[in-house]
Amino acid sequence: MNSKKSDFVKFEQVDKSYDGKELVVKGLDLDIAEGEFLTLLGPSGSGKTTTLMMLAGFETPTNGEIYFDGRPINNIPPHKRGIGMVFQNYALFPHLSVYENLAFPLKVRKVDKSEIEERINKTLKMVSLTGFENRMPAQLSGGQQQRVAVARALVFDPKLVLMDEPLGALDKNLRESMQYELKHIHESLGVTVVYVTHDQGEALTMSNRIAVFNDGKVQQLSGPNELYETPVNSFVASFIGENNTFTGTVKEIASGSAKIETDSGETIVANPIAVSSSGEKSRISLRPERVSIDPNEQLENKFTSEIREIIYHGDHTRVRVNLLGNDDFILKVPNASSDLKLNVGDKLDLGWSSHDCRALDY
Amino acid sequence: MAAEIRTSDGELLSVKLKKVERRRRTTAFLLAAPLLFFIVFAYVIPIFQMLGRSIDNAEMNSFLTETHEVMQTWDGSEMPGEDVTSTFYYELKTAVENKYHGKIATRLNYEKGGFTSLIKKTSRKLKNFDENANFLDQFIDVHKKWGDIEYWQALKRGTDAYHFRKYLTTFDYEQKFDGSIERIPEKLRINVTLWLRTIFVAVGVTFCCFILAYPISHLLSVLPTRYSNLLMICVLLPFWTSLLVRTSSWMVLLQKQGVLNDTLVSLGFVADDSRLELMYNMTGTFIAMTQILLPFMVLPLYSVMKTISPSLMRAATSMGATPFHAFRKIYFPLTYAGISAGSILVFVLAIGYYITPALVGGAKGILISNRIAYHMQQSLDWSLATAMATVLLIAVLVVYWLYNKIVGIDNMRLG
Repeated sequence: MNSKKSDFVKFEQVDKSYDGKELVVKGLDLDIAEGEFLTLLGPSGSGKTTTLMMLAGFETPTNGEIYFDGRPINNIPPHKRGIGMVFQNYALFPHLSVYENLAFPLKVRKVDKSEIEERINKTLKMVSLTGFENRMPAQLSGGQQQRVAVARALVFDPKLVLMDEPLGALDKNLRESMQYELKHIHESLGVTVVYVTHDQGEALTMSNRIAVFNDGKVQQLSGPNELYETPVNSFVASFIGENNTFTGTVKEIASGSAKIETDSGETIVANPIAVSSSGEKSRISLRPERVSIDPNEQLENKFTSEIREIIYHGDHTRVRVNLLGNDDFILKVPNASSDLKLNVGDKLDLGWSSHDCRALDY
Repeated sequence: MAAEIRTSDGELLSVKLKKVERRRRTTAFLLAAPLLFFIVFAYVIPIFQMLGRSIDNAEMNSFLTETHEVMQTWDGSEMPGEDVTSTFYYELKTAVENKYHGKIATRLNYEKGGFTSLIKKTSRKLKNFDENANFLDQFIDVHKKWGDIEYWQALKRGTDAYHFRKYLTTFDYEQKFDGSIERIPEKLRINVTLWLRTIFVAVGVTFCCFILAYPISHLLSVLPTRYSNLLMICVLLPFWTSLLVRTSSWMVLLQKQGVLNDTLVSLGFVADDSRLELMYNMTGTFIAMTQILLPFMVLPLYSVMKTISPSLMRAATSMGATPFHAFRKIYFPLTYAGISAGSILVFVLAIGYYITPALVGGAKGILISNRIAYHMQQSLDWSLATAMATVLLIAVLVVYWLYNKIVGIDNMRLG
């Protein structure tokens, strides 16, 4: 295990532009470790798919170099890279049966017949599609097609598999079960996976690390929990999970704590992440679940809010309140504590620790 | 067990369903009816009536009904008896009185050359006949050809109500008067040559169209819409120009003193005294027909290629296939439906092509359709023309049948 490279795939100062006017990917530096499940997450147009296509070889970087297993690959055509890929719409060959689809990469590599059969059987078993060999892709459900696409990308034992929003076309339940399945396949094979999605839930469930893309740049690269708990800027904070924000100006700053005056004139004690001096504008980010209702313990921040809306969500209830001039402040109340009597218009005392409330860039 | 299912108002479900469906079907039929009637009356009936002429000789039979009947007992081995000649005399006399002996002359001339002058001369001299003397001798006195038994044999055969001899002619065979079927003399054989040439040109033009259309259709299908629309207009432009105008412009381009030859000479590729013969031969027919029929290949190909996701080729290359291998194994097989639809369309149009070969083909570049037109307009042998047209129609239907067997007509996509 210790022989695994931490820079199995390496992007070095990669730029990409399609029209010569705008950069879709800007100065990308990214190391992907061997055996890792790395997700490129971001809104559409953020450059994540372009990054994946450059790695697959379907797009050429405008500047910079990509290394795969120590070799620069900018000038290697896609068919010589030996990278498996799962496409958004599966890209199964409609005129070939499941078996022939899976045999395609093996036949290209001139693997002999008996081994082809052996490998296909093994791979189909892995994606639980044994017995479907002679079906045509059109005779399969979306989920089954998806499994075939995954099987086809894995059957020739590539060291790296790229997945471009492979679950995008599936319905919610199927998508969730496929997430676990993909995660288990990754764990059992130890293959390196680079996965592109715009669905943060998917990214958090499956990945070892997540690179959040916006505006052609990686905003933050870290593990799922870190990303959620300690976002480094307001884009990441708002993109991942739910987020309550206040804007304000830094009044006082010391190590680990800053006093910020909100636009409504109140002072919040916050954890300074992306601010360094007083007078700076800042956006404060606070996760709904980090807010205590009727707090007993000693908390730096304690305010009173007014309930605006109550939305029942099954396992929890969302309460929209007005707090410090923010009319969209969201609270999540677990339904176990439904003894709490909530009514629109009621006053509600709220409090949170300064550590959980992060002062980010404006 | 099939229990009787009834709707809420107590009617049998199957009856009720039919009732409801009937209205829908009636509407559908009424929508199609005007076109259906138009096709039946303006297309199907006239065509079959015309094709019937290839075997139909009823008119001729009605002119000389009795002669024909009397001749049934004559075996044709020796000169006909007085029963035949007298009947023929009286019927010909009626024909002269009613002025349709000209038609008889023309029709009989198809059976045997020389009949035109024979009938005309006989008709003029008919009033001098002595109705109590031997008719055969008097016929021979008028024209010595009546002494040739073959003319009587031709008369017998030429008054059959229907016959299939035109189909033999279509393939350069003839039926001798003794009933044997033989090829016609070599120097008269033209139809088989034309059939072969027609098939060769149709196949060749289809192939040329395919070679030219495939890359451009691919380009059309992958280009962004604003460019592909422009390109599509260029492809479709020929549709908006009269066929005659396009063919004539090819004449301007291809003739010996034409634009193409001038350019080649001025660029020094061709000497002035050896300008290329691009017209009035097969080359001209090929070039012009390929250009004119190209859109019929591009459109079906384009419509099929448009549906092929570019990610398929990417998937194939990501799995290690060279671009060529991916094209051969993935892209090309997926375009079969378009190739076959385009090919059959171009082939069927090409096999019956008329104007272009007539104008740029010259003697060496004409096709079977030109021969059909010749028989319709000049030799006036409509029976032969329609026999050829029938063979052409059957050939096309056979191609369709084969296509349906091999590809399936449902897979056809015409854009």
